[in-house]
Amino acid sequence: MALITDFAVQGAQMLIVLLLAPMLTGVVRKIKARMLRRAGPPVVQPYRDLVRLMRKEVVLAHSASWLFRTIPYLIFAATWVAASLVPTFRTGLLFSWSADLIAIIALLGSARFFLALAGLDVGTSFGGIGSSREVMIASLAEPAMIMIVFTLALIAGSTQLSTVAGFMESPAVGLRVSLGLALVALIMVAIAENARIPVDNPATHLELTMVHEAMVLEYSGRHLALIDLSASLKLLLYVSLIACVFAPWGVAGPGAGVGALATGALAYTGKLALGGLLLAVFETSIAKMRVFRVPEFLGAALMLGLLATLLLFVSRSL
Amino acid sequence: MHSLTFDVAHMLAGSLVLVSFLQLYQDRLYSLLNLFAVHATVLALSVGWQAYIQSAPHLFVTAAIALVFKAIIIPVALHRIIVRLGIHREIEQVVGVGPAMLLGMGLVALSMVVMLRVTIEADPLAREDLAFALSVVLLGLLMMVTRRNAVGQVVGFMSLENGLVLAATGAKGMPLVVEISVAFSILIAFIVIGIFLFRIRERFDTVDLQALDAFRGERP
Amino acid sequence: MMLANPTLVVLACAALLLMLAVVAVGIGSRHAGGTIIYGATGGLALISLAAGATQLLGGLPATGIALPLGLPWIGAHFRMDALSAFFIVVVGFGAAAASLFAIGYGRHEQAPLRVLPFYPAFLAGMHLVVLADDAFSFLAAWEFMSLSSWALVLAHHRVPDNVRAGYIYLVMASFGTLALLLAFGLLAGPHGGYAFSEIRAAHPSPILAAWILVLALIGAGSKAGIVPLHVWLPLAHPAAPSHVSALMSGVMTKVAVYGFIRIVLDLLGEPAWWWSMVVLTLAGITCVMGVLYALMQHDLKRLLAYHTVENIGIIFIGLGLGLAFKAYNMGWAAALALTAALFHAFNHSVFKSLLFFGSGAVLTATGERDMEQLGGLIHRMPQTAFAFLVGCAAISALPPLNGFASEWLTFQAILISPQLPSWGLRFLVPAVGALLALSAALAAACFVKAFGVTFLGRARSAAASEARETDQLSLATMLACAALCLVAGILPGLFIDALAPVVEALAGARMPAQVGVEWLSIVPIAESRSSYNGLLVFLFMVISGSLAASAIHRLASDKLRRAPAWDCGYPDASPATQYTATSFAQPIRRVFGSVVFRAREQVDMVLPGDPGPARLTSILHDPVWETLYLPVAAGITAAAERLNHLQFLTIRQFLSLVFAALVLLLLVLALWP
Repeated sequence: MALITDFAVQGAQMLIVLLLAPMLTGVVRKIKARMLRRAGPPVVQPYRDLVRLMRKEVVLAHSASWLFRTIPYLIFAATWVAASLVPTFRTGLLFSWSADLIAIIALLGSARFFLALAGLDVGTSFGGIGSSREVMIASLAEPAMIMIVFTLALIAGSTQLSTVAGFMESPAVGLRVSLGLALVALIMVAIAENARIPVDNPATHLELTMVHEAMVLEYSGRHLALIDLSASLKLLLYVSLIACVFAPWGVAGPGAGVGALATGALAYTGKLALGGLLLAVFETSIAKMRVFRVPEFLGAALMLGLLATLLLFVSRSL
Repeated sequence: MHSLTFDVAHMLAGSLVLVSFLQLYQDRLYSLLNLFAVHATVLALSVGWQAYIQSAPHLFVTAAIALVFKAIIIPVALHRIIVRLGIHREIEQVVGVGPAMLLGMGLVALSMVVMLRVTIEADPLAREDLAFALSVVLLGLLMMVTRRNAVGQVVGFMSLENGLVLAATGAKGMPLVVEISVAFSILIAFIVIGIFLFRIRERFDTVDLQALDAFRGERP
Repeated sequence: MMLANPTLVVLACAALLLMLAVVAVGIGSRHAGGTIIYGATGGLALISLAAGATQLLGGLPATGIALPLGLPWIGAHFRMDALSAFFIVVVGFGAAAASLFAIGYGRHEQAPLRVLPFYPAFLAGMHLVVLADDAFSFLAAWEFMSLSSWALVLAHHRVPDNVRAGYIYLVMASFGTLALLLAFGLLAGPHGGYAFSEIRAAHPSPILAAWILVLALIGAGSKAGIVPLHVWLPLAHPAAPSHVSALMSGVMTKVAVYGFIRIVLDLLGEPAWWWSMVVLTLAGITCVMGVLYALMQHDLKRLLAYHTVENIGIIFIGLGLGLAFKAYNMGWAAALALTAALFHAFNHSVFKSLLFFGSGAVLTATGERDMEQLGGLIHRMPQTAFAFLVGCAAISALPPLNGFASEWLTFQAILISPQLPSWGLRFLVPAVGALLALSAALAAACFVKAFGVTFLGRARSAAASEARETDQLSLATMLACAALCLVAGILPGLFIDALAPVVEALAGARMPAQVGVEWLSIVPIAESRSSYNGLLVFLFMVISGSLAASAIHRLASDKLRRAPAWDCGYPDASPATQYTATSFAQPIRRVFGSVVFRAREQVDMVLPGDPGPARLTSILHDPVWETLYLPVAAGITAAAERLNHLQFLTIRQFLSLVFAALVLLLLVLALWP
């Protein structure tokens, strides 16, 4: 019986992240528009965009290969699997022991690897700009993320995300300097990985200012729908990660009853809304950095992560 | 081991180190002054917390002095000086941000090693606070060494001073007399530096140290 | 029952390989000579692979054989224990794959007599190094291996770059052998006990042990490719024919790792605490420098050779951690670190061989090694492209392939290190962890560049647009290696359990048995701490990908139309406008290269109105070459100039030299206490 409940919860988690991801993107866009005194698109516009793209014809460049057509599915598969393993309304997911935090980061890394290949596939300079900048950003964001994972693993004694989330909820954690540093570093990395201002502008139409958009410039139709959905899923993943590690209140434990699950779901929706609001406010109040300032930004995140890990190696109470 | 007082004290000391790193990262003058104000505010909070847990009311006065003078008056005054002198708003650095951050990391590691080995018998809270304080001092020195702009060096000197105050409050029992003398010495140093900045600016039209060195004949 | 002894089987294979080398001199220039030789070496390699696997998996006791060869008072001892069995498996697999690939590839060889006799000799040398049980046969086999590979590097000797590569390789190899000679001399001690069993029984003093460690690092490390002794590797590995490059990068470097493990972890006994600091520092620097050098390259094979340097760094990080844990008697942690290092050694030999085979296929099809002349090969060589893609994904540590499994284990080993009591290690290990993470991310960037510029995009030269797919046998080899990458990534538990006897002999403990873990996960320390299931991740990805594909097919439109690519209104027909390897690496060159390589870009613009091209030159300085090798070479040349004067003395001066030497020796004799 417990196994069936666990399966149901895992399946529900996979469905929920898929359904809520475009909503989060829509909420962020609406709040940004409102802050700029525009009416903005409706919150459900991303769903309509996805349906519209699905119905459209795919236009492929002459030089695109079979890899170009397969990559959207690979990216979607990797991102969806990663997003299903981050606890949203309940910890102790059934398959959380099959992929820990390092594996989740690596899954997102493989999605990025294939996206960068897609940028190079058509053989134009726009895709090349996007791919080369993306790998430069990734070469600093990924080590920073691994340092953050080390910090969390050293505090919680495990790299399993469910165990970490459970530990953060317990009173044993206390306020720690390294956790504060890890939080700041995680926010910086999340901004870089999701191609948000100040690292990259998700709404730009100027090719020379694009990073993520330049790699997907040649995609259209159902392929573009999959890639947009993957990008929204990635944003949801990072917000859920920050919520379940640093704001774990209200999450249901493993083996909880229906009431606790409902509370968990409500708490999760509230955290998502708050996260979207904070992201929109942050993006509106800061300007985009020029490209070669981004390595300094991410280098700072790497240093913070390294400092947090170093402090934990040196003294258990820090 | 994980009592709330312990943790909050550590959080505040660690935030001071974090703000020092952020100061190293800045290359705009106004942002640097705002960060210095934040630095002094965090110091005031930390000293205030120490006053609360050590039940030492004179430390509240120290916190108030830090808040009023260093978080409000000095940044505002420096802001005015920058506007009056028309100082170049971007800070040129001798080493880039990347190497500066790496050096900063090394300095923090060094101060942790030194402090934690030298003070084996002391109370664990005080040991780690001292290690953080030494880090802030070293980071302030690093800022003074790697900035070409005189205002940037003044801010580095001030944050060094903050680190010393943190160390003094962490080790229990610093009398108010010492603090008053320290505060007045800061004021005097600030006035002297301000006067010098005025004279230098009037004479040479710039406060960039490299250009000044050229006038002194130090550089070809 | 002589055939049931695996040691004897492998020894027999080595002897047969030597005989094949002689036979190859005779039949090498015949039409089917290459096929026969490569087929025979492949078969012998498979036999030795099977023997090694039987010894390792069957848990047979180690048996030794003493042959009356070599020096009369030592003889030649050969023994295959668990460690040797594992490395025989690695050597055997690499050799079998390379031989199979070479049956197709070797048909294009211009000078078969320069390659065919030395190839079986090279394989025989590697087998004998791993089997050797006394210092003399070890060194003799090591030198034989170096010399035969040197001959293979000089196979295409008309190319001036190859001559220089051969020269530097010879110098570095001799230097490495000298260091190993001194190390074994110190190990054998004043009584000259050269057999490994005698060396194990003798315990050198701490100062002597430190010297032996340094000499072993220099000797074995230079063959493996540790910075700063790596300079020969990116010159020599690309110069050799592709199947030999695969062997040198994938297998010979592992034989060097075997040498290091044998000397430091087996023969030296208990390690001191500070040994791991030296190894870890060198390994961390090697990792990052290797991948940064690779990012600056646009020659495909040289890029792969520099990546070997990086992966050797990763293996040595695992070995360094193992040394640290062993020094503090944390056997279970040492087992994890050593398992991670050995597993990565196996994985690297598989995917590096695959990548070199792919570059060999590209070289045969287009005649180009330079990525700036390639492009669009995925349309012309789809199966090679697929196999190469799997190799790129494996080396970039993407789940669910094998590169990720071994890197995951290394990260888990790093996460145990806060329990080490030493302060120095507690600061060094997080820094090394950051360097490892940085090099993993940079490796992914480098392979996006390698695959993307070579295979994707549009063809940049006529050679690339007329390429043809390679022959079936080469393809089959590459796809088999790719399949093994996937299997090792999905079922890492099998490999961890196979490595248990090796690790038990080295560290005194082993990782928990992975066989019983449910769903075929791997649990390095404890269930509550961390676990990873490659099979489930793979299945998840396949299921979600298929769900998405079927949902799209059901719900979305399936119309497709081909059109020109987006060109912003400026039709660009020339493939020269797409990104090249150099331009792809430009952001990383600017961020990292300006610090490490003093990379500068220089633009020479023409005057307005002049229709000539502008020129962009990017200048890189190799820090290791300029700070270490050039001064040493200059010093040696200067000393040689001075000493040259000794050739032109008069007879009286020669006689006075002899007289002075005689008087000096008599003085020493007189004053000796």
